[in-house]
Amino acid sequence: MRILIGLLAFFAATASAGESPIFLKDRPGKNQVVTQCAMCHSLDYITGHATILDRAGWEKTVGKMINAMGAPINNADKQVIIDYLVQNYGN
Amino acid sequence: MVDRRHFIKTSAGSLAALGSLALLQRSGLAAATEGALPADTLSGKAKLIKHTDRPPNYETPVSDFDAPFTPNDRFFVRYHHAVIPDIKADEWRLRIGGDAVNTPLEFSLEQLRTDFEQVEIAALCLCSGNRRGLFQPPVPGIQWGSGAMGNARWRGVRLKDVLAKAGIDKSALEVSLAGADSGVLPTTPDFVKSLPLDKALDENTLIAFDMNGEALPHWNGFPARLVVPGWTATYWIKHLTALNVLSKPFDGFWMKTAYRIPKDRFPGGQFGSQETGAAMPITAMVVNSLITNLEDGQTLPSTQAMEIKGVAWDSGNGIAQVEVSTDGGSHWQQAALKQDYGRFSWRQWHWVFEPKHSGTYRIMVRATSRSGEKQALEAIPNPSGYHHNAVQKITLHLAQGE
Repeated sequence: MRILIGLLAFFAATASAGESPIFLKDRPGKNQVVTQCAMCHSLDYITGHATILDRAGWEKTVGKMINAMGAPINNADKQVIIDYLVQNYGN
Repeated sequence: MVDRRHFIKTSAGSLAALGSLALLQRSGLAAATEGALPADTLSGKAKLIKHTDRPPNYETPVSDFDAPFTPNDRFFVRYHHAVIPDIKADEWRLRIGGDAVNTPLEFSLEQLRTDFEQVEIAALCLCSGNRRGLFQPPVPGIQWGSGAMGNARWRGVRLKDVLAKAGIDKSALEVSLAGADSGVLPTTPDFVKSLPLDKALDENTLIAFDMNGEALPHWNGFPARLVVPGWTATYWIKHLTALNVLSKPFDGFWMKTAYRIPKDRFPGGQFGSQETGAAMPITAMVVNSLITNLEDGQTLPSTQAMEIKGVAWDSGNGIAQVEVSTDGGSHWQQAALKQDYGRFSWRQWHWVFEPKHSGTYRIMVRATSRSGEKQALEAIPNPSGYHHNAVQKITLHLAQGE
């Protein structure tokens, strides 16, 4: 399982050929966001919610990705990801 | 047909994971890699409005709705999961099972086409979250405009005929529906929906292979999808592969948690076995209408008479009337309804506007169904932003023509 997830993460972050590149803001936490989120979906899901979600909204959304969608994100990364999203794409 | 989800699950943790990577590259993750298409155009599709790349979510420009049926290459695309296999028609199978079926069966496309009566129905396919982007305050989710819908002629076989072949037990309560697409991770809940038995057995509910006289496009569910006229598109499962007749309510994420609305806030569409104290699944569409030839804020160069036109629809009672106002809702005039393609199709309408003077006009349109359901001025708030059917209001500027 670890191998698979590692490979998927590597693939998502490096080889999403054909996708329009989405350049997220180059701030601390970006690596965790790209690695974990882009495993399952393109990053326009993030930019598309920039004016919509506040801290509570991003917490709920990241929580949903972990608890409902089964994203294998540990607690430390979860916090980094939420902070990055709130600071850079929060309403 | 390769079942990628199964493949990914069984290969996890082994060296075969490399194989799944290759599979992913061929399917969902590399959705639009072919040819020299721009990255925001899907293969086989005209230019649509892109919301997300992977999974692909694209809506149709409203100007493309100026036709009774939405061309296949302009039909909207909506997926929850990124792994979308290319299915070979001759390898595809539909499995009928579940604890309330008498004889589990499997059908090829050829068998469905030859062993059952082929029927066709005109029906609107409408995403539950169409116009979510219009809600104020904003609601999370894809910020759809008005183009996550399309009207088509669907041809295939009746779901009830296919289920009858397998035999339905007296204990049957729901029919669950699964397609070949799946999430990237094995931990992501597969997109499986269920229908109450009476809706599954409705003579209008089809397993469709053709759309507007052609095979279903890949992005709209090739080789077979469910068509549930009158109900929102969340039940119209694409790349349909499994139907299970169940004696108990299906309890997957996409029924119990997602696609739910507050009970008693919207008309129509019961689903008793999936209702809880406060919530129920979204079911029947609500009455609605759309202007298709004018844009909000548009300026026209003169005060010449013009046609205002568009479409109107409901859950299948049919449209009784469409009214247009040019003064912000003080006065309403009756639009003419065009050809009736059946109660599940949208209905085109038009009205000739003869402006008396230049200036700014507030154009509004509202539809009423044959059951008396009428659009209200405001949409009904709900946590997921479904069923937006507020009366459309657009501003039109008319310059002083010569």
